Amino acid sequence: MNAVGVAQPRIEGRDKVTGAARYAADVPVPGLAFGAVVLATVSRGRVRDINVSAVQDMPGVLGVIDHRNAPRLDPKAGGFFGPDGQLQLLQDEVIPFAGRPVALVVAETLELAQAAAEALPVTYDEEPHDTVFTADHPAGRPAATLFDEPVNVGDVEAELAAASVVIDERYRTPEEHCSAMEPHSATAWWEGERLEAIDSNQGPFTVAVTLATLFSLSPDQVHIRTEHVGGGFGSKGLCGPQLILAAMAGRLFGRPVRVTLTRAQVFLATAMRPATDQLIRIGADADGRLRAIWHEPAFEISTLAEYIEGCTELTKTLYAARAIRTRLTAVPLDILPPYSMRGPGAAPGSFALESAMDELAERLGMDPLELRLRNEPVAGPVSGLPFSSRNLVACLREGARRFGWDTRDHRPRLRREGALLVGTGLAASSFSAGAFPSSATITAETDGTFTVAIGATDLGTGARTALTAIAADALKVGTERIRLRISDSGLGPVWSAGGSRGTTSWAWAITEAAEKLRGQGYGGTVTADTTRSLGDLPSRERHAYSAVFAEVTVDPVTGEVRVRRLLGMFAAGRVVNPLMARSQVIGGMIGGLSMALHEEGLRDPVSGRHVNADFAGYHIAAHADVPDIEADFVPDYEPGIPMGVKGVGEIGNVGTAAAIANAVWHATGVRQRSLPIRLDRVLE
Amino acid sequence: MKEFAYERPADVRDALIAADGGGRYLGGGTNLVDLMKEGVEAPTRLVDVRRLPLAGVSEAPDGGLVIGATTTNSDLAAHPEVRRRYPALSQAVLAGASGQLRNMATVGGNLLQRTRCAYFAAQVCNKRVPGTGCPAIAGEHHNHAILGWTRSCVATHPSDMAVAMLAFDAVVRYETLDGPGEIPLEDFYPPVGDTPHRETALPQGALITAVALPGSAVSPRSRYRKVRERASYAFATVSIAAGLDLDAGSVRIALGGVASRPWRARTAEAFLLEGPLTPEAFRAAADAELAAAEPLPGNGYKVRLAGNLIETVLKELRP
Repeated sequence: MNAVGVAQPRIEGRDKVTGAARYAADVPVPGLAFGAVVLATVSRGRVRDINVSAVQDMPGVLGVIDHRNAPRLDPKAGGFFGPDGQLQLLQDEVIPFAGRPVALVVAETLELAQAAAEALPVTYDEEPHDTVFTADHPAGRPAATLFDEPVNVGDVEAELAAASVVIDERYRTPEEHCSAMEPHSATAWWEGERLEAIDSNQGPFTVAVTLATLFSLSPDQVHIRTEHVGGGFGSKGLCGPQLILAAMAGRLFGRPVRVTLTRAQVFLATAMRPATDQLIRIGADADGRLRAIWHEPAFEISTLAEYIEGCTELTKTLYAARAIRTRLTAVPLDILPPYSMRGPGAAPGSFALESAMDELAERLGMDPLELRLRNEPVAGPVSGLPFSSRNLVACLREGARRFGWDTRDHRPRLRREGALLVGTGLAASSFSAGAFPSSATITAETDGTFTVAIGATDLGTGARTALTAIAADALKVGTERIRLRISDSGLGPVWSAGGSRGTTSWAWAITEAAEKLRGQGYGGTVTADTTRSLGDLPSRERHAYSAVFAEVTVDPVTGEVRVRRLLGMFAAGRVVNPLMARSQVIGGMIGGLSMALHEEGLRDPVSGRHVNADFAGYHIAAHADVPDIEADFVPDYEPGIPMGVKGVGEIGNVGTAAAIANAVWHATGVRQRSLPIRLDRVLE
Repeated sequence: MKEFAYERPADVRDALIAADGGGRYLGGGTNLVDLMKEGVEAPTRLVDVRRLPLAGVSEAPDGGLVIGATTTNSDLAAHPEVRRRYPALSQAVLAGASGQLRNMATVGGNLLQRTRCAYFAAQVCNKRVPGTGCPAIAGEHHNHAILGWTRSCVATHPSDMAVAMLAFDAVVRYETLDGPGEIPLEDFYPPVGDTPHRETALPQGALITAVALPGSAVSPRSRYRKVRERASYAFATVSIAAGLDLDAGSVRIALGGVASRPWRARTAEAFLLEGPLTPEAFRAAADAELAAAEPLPGNGYKVRLAGNLIETVLKELRP
């Protein structure tokens, strides 16, 4: 009766394709009013005036909230980076970046609210801004060290001096935007001193805690539901502006208020990946064995909040090198606060590391696959810890076999098909695995079913379906006896859908609760909290792995790069649902393809504002760009974690950009060290 | 809310009357409705022309075709005589937008679509309000014009269809309350000058009724090539419609993505008509055409790209 490991379509699939599934902005709420957000149009300065009287008498307008009448928020509110200034909306007249909300116009309908928001006169005292990121910016300073802290193992300088070949290059990635298909939307209302909300986010429990702090409430006074979410990609991990503003409006106007960001506002006011500029030096012996890796990325942050783009995560664990040195530099600028986006740190970091490894193979005249096999570590190169499970070699070898890598001529610019240059490339990658404390409650119902309640969120990945299978196996019953309740902050403390740790964290809590319930004869209600058992987990290097292979065509006359084939082989622990897991890593690979060729937030050099804040200007891959794409899993199991699972949320993304960039080099003989690989960078 | 009137007349005269005094014609709405949502356009009256009896492709006495203004882009691209006699036109239309948009978009509306310059859509500029400047020149302009632009505006025209029609000497036919008229497509889009807000030479209130494509020996041997940042659903970085007939010594070249209007490469055509149509001549002709290019710091690559395209596509057309 094992449900885990069986391919199943997602439980809510029919509801979604028939339109029956309600997303946050779809849920009917009686007495609803609508808020339209007004964003700052200057990159730095102060609000001089907001002329509320100009719109107050427009039809249907209930009022305007700005820094003069907004409820006061607790400045301590934040997340794991500490107090977060981006949450402090409408608290003062300061404009720290273009796109900062400066007012909320509330009206009887969405259209009336938007019309009044467009008509609202806002004037500014503009101040000189700085939105131009450079690695050597004078404001640069060491990044925070909550994770991906600097390391210095061995004698990097001496090893580089002794190396036969040294690669010394810089790799750059631009601002990229999460921009999930469903825009951020929240509906909030107050029942006395209790705050109720329907929101689109990645973790209703975590968001509720933040919201409670902001409004000086106890966590049990805040209740957030998040039934269906149309993607997050990191940008819905925070307590979003839509929710904070809806809660303010709900209080001031005494009725439910819905705030839905427009597409442009999603770009301008929610999370993005920061631009990075990464120095890499790699030294190796003539036989390809690494002597040293020196990786120093710089990335931009805002002046409002700390953030870490942990670009050196892979550098510390992927390859055996005698010396490894890393250091992250953060450059504060007048920009939208960056936040975790699709494989944060690992995705841009792997582009740099895996491009540099390809350059090393080129200089050594070696098969890039062989170079990686030759540097397989036996223990964490920095940590010294054993690997819990490491199946990178299996991914590389099986991927190479299926892709036909062994017939590759490793010299560049040799394959032509008509006018097109053809090349192939690969990248290895990893993404850290693990779990965070979570709780789950299971009730044995009198009809023989089990209600499994956990504050998990399904971002569209299939979490509902996966957790149903996990609960069924943990209880040793069929899935038809599982009633899963998720998407509700009231279901107890739980980790969010993020960091590729949702399924592992939730599976652990469900498994422990199921063990308890079985231990008491399948009766009553039990709650499990994994905080203690997580603490007992031995320290290990825990990662998912992948090898990505790409084949591209390049038209040298036009510079157009098209990906023809993509293959990803993954070691991601035990696969809960092969159908959905494959779907998710393929989605990740398409995200990586977009990162390689398309995605780039562009700023006006004069105003500092984003100029491509829509899907016509900010390109992601269209169907025609998605090639013959395949993904599969090698046997893998994560010891110590219930069910042996690792996350599949982000590993699909990491590695793909470098594989494509390396294939472009193989096709053209020209190395692309800046993303995206735009046609003007390739044109001959 | 911005309220507007909506009318759906059944014949052309009713449409002209309905639009008299500031009404806007609505075809597929694939551009105008977007611009209304963004606040760029705020018409007080929409005159929906989709019920007018203007759709269809018919034979012209000169051996050409007449394409009704409300023919959808999909029907135009699929029409067997368009595909046979003007393959570059069919290819151009199919290279544009997406299947869903082509099913809605009309021929007349395609000609009248407005620039996709990000500044035009997101903030005030000379094209929207004369005298407010062109932020793109000092700004983000890697997709902007290299030919024929002025300090008042550096935006490009987005149409693929119009580029191919221009290569075939298309003539725009229209109707007004004072009677019918026609304008060669080459004169339909005036030079930018200092009036970038004046985008066409259509008289006030005129309704495009058809586009006439003259019969041509060269058009059956034509092709359209669109270069773009992704394989589908993107506006042209640079595009070319070209035809070549060695027997007749005839050559046609029009470029997209390089100017405020589809750009007829008259200099290159004249250069080629003076000598044998050799591969070397193709490059020299391209260079002659692009000698007039004035790239900005961010879009110089378009000069090379346009030159590469002219040379390559003409070589491909040479038997």
